[in-house]
Amino acid sequence: MATDTLTNHAGHAHDGHDHDHHDAAGTKVFGFWIYLMSDLMIFGSLFATYAVLMKGTAGGPSASELFELPFVLVETFLLLFSSFTYGMAVLSMNANNAKAVFNWLLITFLLGAGFVGMEIYEFQHLIHEGFGPDRSAFLSAFFTLVGTHGLHVTFGLIWILVMLIQVKKTGLNDMTRPRIMCLSLFWHFLDIVWICVFSFVYLMGAL
Amino acid sequence: MSGQAPSEHSHGSVKSYVIGLILSIVLTIIPFGVVMAGSFELDATLAIIVATAVAQVLVQLILFMHMSTKTDEGWNFNAFVFTVLILVLVIGGSVWIMYHLHLNMMIG
Repeated sequence: MATDTLTNHAGHAHDGHDHDHHDAAGTKVFGFWIYLMSDLMIFGSLFATYAVLMKGTAGGPSASELFELPFVLVETFLLLFSSFTYGMAVLSMNANNAKAVFNWLLITFLLGAGFVGMEIYEFQHLIHEGFGPDRSAFLSAFFTLVGTHGLHVTFGLIWILVMLIQVKKTGLNDMTRPRIMCLSLFWHFLDIVWICVFSFVYLMGAL
Repeated sequence: MSGQAPSEHSHGSVKSYVIGLILSIVLTIIPFGVVMAGSFELDATLAIIVATAVAQVLVQLILFMHMSTKTDEGWNFNAFVFTVLILVLVIGGSVWIMYHLHLNMMIG
């Protein structure tokens, strides 16, 4: 990550030109890390909102009556495996193998799309049953929290599509490498947020 | 960042990603299994959910996102610790205040 930049200095001291690139890329990735921290604050406040409102079911269904854990388990594994396949894409990038990067990104995209598809199905199913975000404070908080995460994943998917096109067209270079690294952080970050979602919303909700 | 640098350490390797994946799978199956089986006390179940969630977050941060006190002179780690501090204040504070409000208002 960004740090390599610093450690690389010693190793590549003779190669002045390379430094600037590495430094710029390192700063870019670190800046993206700061963005992720602010994004974490958004999710933090949504989790706090959910924690406050989750008992406010207004006579409607509670969490334990709504959620099906096997369904959530499949969603979780889709996202977890996509996090792993993205890691493989980064390793392929380090090995300068553009074709492997493309293939791993494609697999990551399909797994992520599967996740978003399942979430849309779940939301549509809940709304169809009359348990939409307008039913109770609990459901408003639920849809906002889980929907915000789903929206992030959707934007991640768009970003993966863009990177697929860029890697295909221009290969791995100083432009695409930092972008793939930033997207890597974004994608793993979304998996981490999902860990909190399935633990605090679905699992604790089912108790 | 660099493909040309021998940066196995901070970029991870196939091995570290596979270890991360296996740990994550185990740390996912345990809480799901415990809740679905429903054979533990409520408190114990809650403790298991929280412990496995925290453990899995750490696994992903360290093995997938390569966060460490050494990368970037510890700046990304510092930024993370600061964010966690703010999160604890925001979430903990909100829940604390609202819980007492609920008690006093006799609602919820």
